[in-house]
Amino acid sequence: MKKIFKVMLGVVMMLLMVNVSKADDKELIGAGATFPYPLYSKMFDVYYKEHGIKVNYSAIGSGGGIRQLKEKTVDFGGTDAFLSDQQIKEMGADIVHIPVCMGAVVLAYNMPGIKTLYLTPDIVADMFLGKIKKWNDPKIQKINPKEKLPDTNIVTVHRSDGSGTTFIFTDYLSKISNEWQSKVGKGTSVNWPIGLGGKGNSGVAGLIKNVPYSIGYVELIYALSNKIPFATLQNKSGVFIEPSLTTTSKAGDVKLPDDMRVSITDTDAKDGYSISGFTWIIVYKKQNYGNRSYERAKTLVNLLWWMVHQGQKYAEELHYAPLSKQALMKAENLIKSITYNGKQIMN
Amino acid sequence: MGKNQQQQKICYVNTGPGQKPGVSKFFKKDFLFKFILFFSGFLVFLLVLSIFVSLILNSVPSLKEFGLKFFVSKTWDPVFEQFGALPFITGTLLTSFLAILITIPFSLAISIYLAEFTKHGFYPGFLKNSIDLLAGVPSVVYGFFGIFVIVPVIRYLQIKLHIEPYGVGIFTASIILSIMIIPFSSSLGREIIEMVPAEIKEAAYSLGSTRFEVIKYVILPYARSGITAGILLALGRAIGETMAVTMVIGNSNMMPESIFSPSNTMASVIANEFTEAVTSIHLSSLIEIGVVLFLVTTMISITGKIIIKKFAVHQ
Repeated sequence: MKKIFKVMLGVVMMLLMVNVSKADDKELIGAGATFPYPLYSKMFDVYYKEHGIKVNYSAIGSGGGIRQLKEKTVDFGGTDAFLSDQQIKEMGADIVHIPVCMGAVVLAYNMPGIKTLYLTPDIVADMFLGKIKKWNDPKIQKINPKEKLPDTNIVTVHRSDGSGTTFIFTDYLSKISNEWQSKVGKGTSVNWPIGLGGKGNSGVAGLIKNVPYSIGYVELIYALSNKIPFATLQNKSGVFIEPSLTTTSKAGDVKLPDDMRVSITDTDAKDGYSISGFTWIIVYKKQNYGNRSYERAKTLVNLLWWMVHQGQKYAEELHYAPLSKQALMKAENLIKSITYNGKQIMN
Repeated sequence: MGKNQQQQKICYVNTGPGQKPGVSKFFKKDFLFKFILFFSGFLVFLLVLSIFVSLILNSVPSLKEFGLKFFVSKTWDPVFEQFGALPFITGTLLTSFLAILITIPFSLAISIYLAEFTKHGFYPGFLKNSIDLLAGVPSVVYGFFGIFVIVPVIRYLQIKLHIEPYGVGIFTASIILSIMIIPFSSSLGREIIEMVPAEIKEAAYSLGSTRFEVIKYVILPYARSGITAGILLALGRAIGETMAVTMVIGNSNMMPESIFSPSNTMASVIANEFTEAVTSIHLSSLIEIGVVLFLVTTMISITGKIIIKKFAVHQ
């Protein structure tokens, strides 16, 4: 009996110690989006080696990251969808969105024998609305004159779990199709009119690989590293753009708003890929909330500054598109706007 | 402390039973022990209650907004904030009951075989161990098995039947579920069948019954409460299963048209959407689905108890 009690006491003590170490200013805590997680963990690993500051990031999803920041249990949140005005109001105080990198969503397909596939925005919207039902529909065949498309039904595949990828894709569809906007709209989960759902990028890719004549959306990184063929898409300027890191970065070379709460899908950039977007880190603008020390706020701001500058060089090797010049400038200004007791932290 | 205790022990032994000081000490310990037991039990009750209460409290916004419409509406639209759980309730009930239908003949056969025909030897032992192993396989592994083996088979079947060849869907999920729940239904069934008294079996044999007749007229009626309870236990497990089902059901939030349609279940929609549910009404609607799941499993467990009581053969 006594032994058990001693063991239990020991366990409790250990748990308490873990809690105590969390309050240390040498360690920051973040939570949120899963999409940038591989990049973040690389960045934080390097940052720890260079600056001795440990950053714990748990990839629990954008929604979870926003909730945890609201409850002030984390120093920063990660999100793939920027907060609406209403959501910022619910957070209780002003929120700063700092873009960290860019990602693209590609249309991966499974059609035995077809090597290249060209698509226009209208075709994509009609496919996912269920209006174009066959692959050899005259609309698709017309822009793919070199390939003989099969007379089979199109099976669309989407993400079943709520995700930033879905947000970017549905945001794009809402921009290019009025019907989509009024019927389905945009969000991290939407009410899909047709199609199969797969959990996560791997789930969608698995379905695409398994179901012949299917098409679905996955992150560019995922399609590249798993060598799944994806479609070349016509952008707003009428140019057919093959998705790549370069064309993704170029999509961000447009006029951007100061708060960076912007969607760059259906970009105006002439050589930019249409379905791309930023991923953000969100923090409270006024850092002197709760019992936060100046040291902690300063550590956080330094980390953010490092991420948008030195940290950017780790993006490409992990298949993320680095920030465009425009975006970087805005990010710098946003980091400078973070204050403690009314004073600017970064100078 | 240690020394004292020892002295007391010696004291107790020396004074013998009936002497006051030792007995009262013993009594106190007994009481304390009883209290700890009671408290641990009570903790479980408290836990169940608090799970239920927290689920209810968190689903208040959705309860208020949709009321009973939540159970009959077919739309699940996070963008326009319209939430109805009917497609998921249907999906859950269809997959689970279909799985039970598929599993009953197999698990019944296994229980009868193991309990009545070969109790010892290599093959029955091997069979028993494999069934136990089935219970221990993580559900995500079942999901993989479903994707790589069952889905292509079902797709082949669908092409032959001229149905849209998705491969994934309610039927595929039911097959995976039926494999997963075999251990639950068969092991309880086997134990109950083993408990059938040898006397009444022997009596039946002595009257000239064949083995099949003994099973049909003596063993199965005697064991039916236990077998049903096992099936209900399995049903509870099937209803709550999440990961394996999500991987093969197709995750479509629409009302299923046939047993081959892609669909979605309550557990899998919660697992899918909870992490990225941003608006409070979306979140509380998901939690309300959790309440429904909780109630359904409670009802199944209560029905199980009633059935065991009603059909049990009284001796």
